[in-house]
Amino acid sequence: MSSTPSSAEPGAVEQAPDDRNAAAASHPPDGGREPVLCVRHLRVEFPTRHATLVALDDVSFDIAPGEVLGVVGESGAGKSMTGNAVIRLLEPPGHIAGGEVRLAGRRIDDLAEEDFVPLRGRHIGMIFQDPLTSLNPLFSIGDQLVETIRAHLPMNEKQARERALALLREVGIPAPETRLDSYPHQFSGGMRQRVVIALALAAEPELIIADEPTTALDVSVQAQILALLKRVCAERGAAVMLVTHDMGVIAETADRVAVMYAGRLIEIGPVNEVIRRPQHPYSEGLMASIPGLAERRERLYQIEGAMPRLAAIPAGCAFNPRCPHAAERCRTERPELLPAGAGQAACWLHDPENPVARREAPQDTQEATR
Amino acid sequence: MSPTQPVQAGSNRSEVLLEASDLARHFDVSKPWLNRVLERTDKLTLKAVDGVSFTIRRGETLALVGESGCGKSTVARLIVGLYGLTRGRLVFDGQEISDLARRSGRRSAAIRQRFQMIFQDPYASLNPLWRVGTIIGEPLRFFRPEMSSVDRRRRVGELLEQVGMSAADANRYPHEFSGGQRQRISIARALANEPEFMVCDEPTSALDVSVQAQILNLMKDLQQEYGLTYLFISHDMAVVKHMADRIAVMYLGRIAEIAPSDQLFATPHHPYSRMLLAAVPSLEGEGRERTVIQGEVPNPVHPPSGCAFHPRCHHANERCKAEVPALIARSDGSEVACHAVEEGRLD
Amino acid sequence: MSQQPKPSESAAVAAPIAPKRPSRLRTFLDSDIVYSWQRQPVVILATLVTLTMFAGALFAPWIAPQNPFDPRQLELIDAFTPPLTTSDFTGNFYLLGSDSQGRDVFSAILYGSRISLLVGFAAVLFALALGTALGLMAGFRGGWRDALIMRIADVQLTFPSILMALLIFGVIRGFLPRSMHAEVAIIVLIIAIGLSDWVQYARAVRGATMVEKGKEYVQAARVIGLPDHRILFQHILPNVLRPVLVIGTIGLALAIIAEATLSFLGVGMPATQPSLGTLIRVGQDYMFSGEWWILLFPGVALLLLALSVNLLGDWLRDVLNPKLR
Repeated sequence: MSSTPSSAEPGAVEQAPDDRNAAAASHPPDGGREPVLCVRHLRVEFPTRHATLVALDDVSFDIAPGEVLGVVGESGAGKSMTGNAVIRLLEPPGHIAGGEVRLAGRRIDDLAEEDFVPLRGRHIGMIFQDPLTSLNPLFSIGDQLVETIRAHLPMNEKQARERALALLREVGIPAPETRLDSYPHQFSGGMRQRVVIALALAAEPELIIADEPTTALDVSVQAQILALLKRVCAERGAAVMLVTHDMGVIAETADRVAVMYAGRLIEIGPVNEVIRRPQHPYSEGLMASIPGLAERRERLYQIEGAMPRLAAIPAGCAFNPRCPHAAERCRTERPELLPAGAGQAACWLHDPENPVARREAPQDTQEATR
Repeated sequence: MSPTQPVQAGSNRSEVLLEASDLARHFDVSKPWLNRVLERTDKLTLKAVDGVSFTIRRGETLALVGESGCGKSTVARLIVGLYGLTRGRLVFDGQEISDLARRSGRRSAAIRQRFQMIFQDPYASLNPLWRVGTIIGEPLRFFRPEMSSVDRRRRVGELLEQVGMSAADANRYPHEFSGGQRQRISIARALANEPEFMVCDEPTSALDVSVQAQILNLMKDLQQEYGLTYLFISHDMAVVKHMADRIAVMYLGRIAEIAPSDQLFATPHHPYSRMLLAAVPSLEGEGRERTVIQGEVPNPVHPPSGCAFHPRCHHANERCKAEVPALIARSDGSEVACHAVEEGRLD
Repeated sequence: MSQQPKPSESAAVAAPIAPKRPSRLRTFLDSDIVYSWQRQPVVILATLVTLTMFAGALFAPWIAPQNPFDPRQLELIDAFTPPLTTSDFTGNFYLLGSDSQGRDVFSAILYGSRISLLVGFAAVLFALALGTALGLMAGFRGGWRDALIMRIADVQLTFPSILMALLIFGVIRGFLPRSMHAEVAIIVLIIAIGLSDWVQYARAVRGATMVEKGKEYVQAARVIGLPDHRILFQHILPNVLRPVLVIGTIGLALAIIAEATLSFLGVGMPATQPSLGTLIRVGQDYMFSGEWWILLFPGVALLLLALSVNLLGDWLRDVLNPKLR
């Protein structure tokens, strides 16, 4: 805590340990490593005057120390909601209506607001899409860093300033001594996001929630920021929940990936497995609909229809009206996460007892893609 | 090139549909006069587009790619006459349209009804107070005032079905539809007058991937059916690869490289094209680290001297800092604006 | 499009056989506005007060026991009758008392709020029309027109609007022969208040116009080549009008108060055609001589009217434009 390993060669720690994938895939993780974040049966409701909308329904996952869990889904799938529920930034009238959230073994979803506030920043760092929402335009970034550090760590002004410098150096701000007194608007978009990362890391939190951290950035800068995020978190052993809609970002950053659909977690597993051999028909369709650089197809695979609105989620499996394999059971009975491939999928195709039959897809499906 | 092109009476069926030469658009981004005097600052000019030339052949898709601030959307707006040209010349199917921005109403109707534009934001591109039928019928009311309202309604229904919606949707309001459906409505409006040429400004970047696939497929189907010519603007290399026949890579208001799509993806020449391709996250790569590129796009108000890319380029020398490179055609069909490539320091 | 399968996307939203649409009344009663209204007792009360006062003003000739503007109906002998008293001389009942001319205060309030509301509505309409026109021009055309209009607005904003109204009122009156003053007082008042109040509408419209102008649906209309006037009136104007109408509701309360202030200062409605402000001015002379009702009741009426209209306007703004909150 006293000195940051800023002298470490960038890249030296970048490759993720190979054993992590294997360990992370088993669910729940073996007793030896307690997960940093443990979410069980999380349910978030939005009462409206017509009906109570269920924005998150029975979402469970773990994130191990040093692990990057990617949370993907299309707009309205509940991926940002999951992050916001963990840090309790749900917009009213939304509220957690069931389940539990544990941070390093300690239950945090039932804490009173004043007990929860100190967790933000100290134990959970946050990085949002627009760096300008996380930075106060009226204060220099040095002041903001020093204030954050001193709020959470027992340091005097001088020590905190030293640490702020070290952090800025670590996130790759050139000549940090001269930039410490600059204001957010004097930085470019990429540099601002680096400052936000420094700010999120300031108190050495165990968990970082990054919500679309690179969506507002150009591709060339995106790569820089993701590499940085991955490196600094690996160095500190911080767990990362990376929320994004971009499978490419997930593919190169995450260790495991959780796919969400209509407020439910429908598949979770090691990232390469989910991308190459998706087990849930929705993930399958999603992967196949992404245009790739490697090959050129006349037509992209398209999943017909659109994700249901929260007010009209179908009974049974939420994906059943769009699913090529849907059977009677899918329309009535909601599947739990079942072991599938190297991960888990919430789909009756994978029921060990009585699996629903896979229908041959009429169109070019995943076979054609890879 | 264009198998089912409905022959337009009297149109000159040349191979080249649109020719843009030396397009430039500068914006005055200075502070108000009083601030300038008090702060002793000069006028500031943003050269959003500065000397862009290309041709689009009938029936093909030319893509413009680049990062934010490279001027690709400005080029789109110059072509359809939303902005006036600061310099340069635009010829559409043999007709000069350089002054289109100053011509509105009936005087330009003959030329304007031959092209259309599709916008990025499906939530802002439809008038929220109008019914979908009125929105799609708007070009018809303007270009074909002689059309009866019954015929117009029938045509609107046809258009809606063509883009995969139902004719009954004409009676609904835009807010009742999802982003993907709104983009279909935009496309239906653009198709209303059977245009030959469509300028598509990031038509899918506000959409989810599965919806993007639907829209891209729809656009390809429409292109085949009507022999449409597309100018397709995007920042997403994978989408561009899927859609385009030829690709122009833009950087800070200029074209760095134009090449046939397969050519560009196989052997990019310009260092910036290489960088862009290397930066694309890949699903296939086995945990492949993207090549991390240093630096960011500079502020376009104060572009670097000479070749604007030189501060980020490993191959830059003194000449690159001083002299703006011109687009030079190569034997493989690509055109590249790079001193290093021209001199053979880089191939 | 033969190979294009019909996406169930549209089918899911628009069922093949459209379900029967609920009637307009049902839709309205089910809307968020009505829902919000029902849950706020203060707003309900404000609505009731406003409606009552509007009705009282509108039907004044049928409700009021006498026409306070008609000198022949005034019984001088009944002057200074206290409230809830039947006159010993004429047998007339004075609900809220009478003033020095024997004018029934209740009738005077009904007729007075009639004038207050008339001036208020007309002034707001005038300001709204002027402000919207200038704001549209400034926002849509930009350049020197924008600079000119907005600088005038800035200058005008440096004066309190009541001072502005006083000034305009004085200038207009200066051009009119003295004999016409009483007749055209109401029109002069409307123009003065309207002119002092256009700035906020112009600013709101200009801002909204610049936002709408940049939106892609306007650009789409431009690409088609629609002439400016069509873009302006068919696309932009309807879309900028809503925020302006909300400001107008709040502006109504302000205009009513402005009229009362001017009349109170003696430059508004003459005592022969009293508005609420005139009644208060007249009434204050008797405040310390025991005839308190002549001042109190018109004052309470003005307060209730301005307050409830203002509350309604605030509520409407919150409901229609949640982002402003």
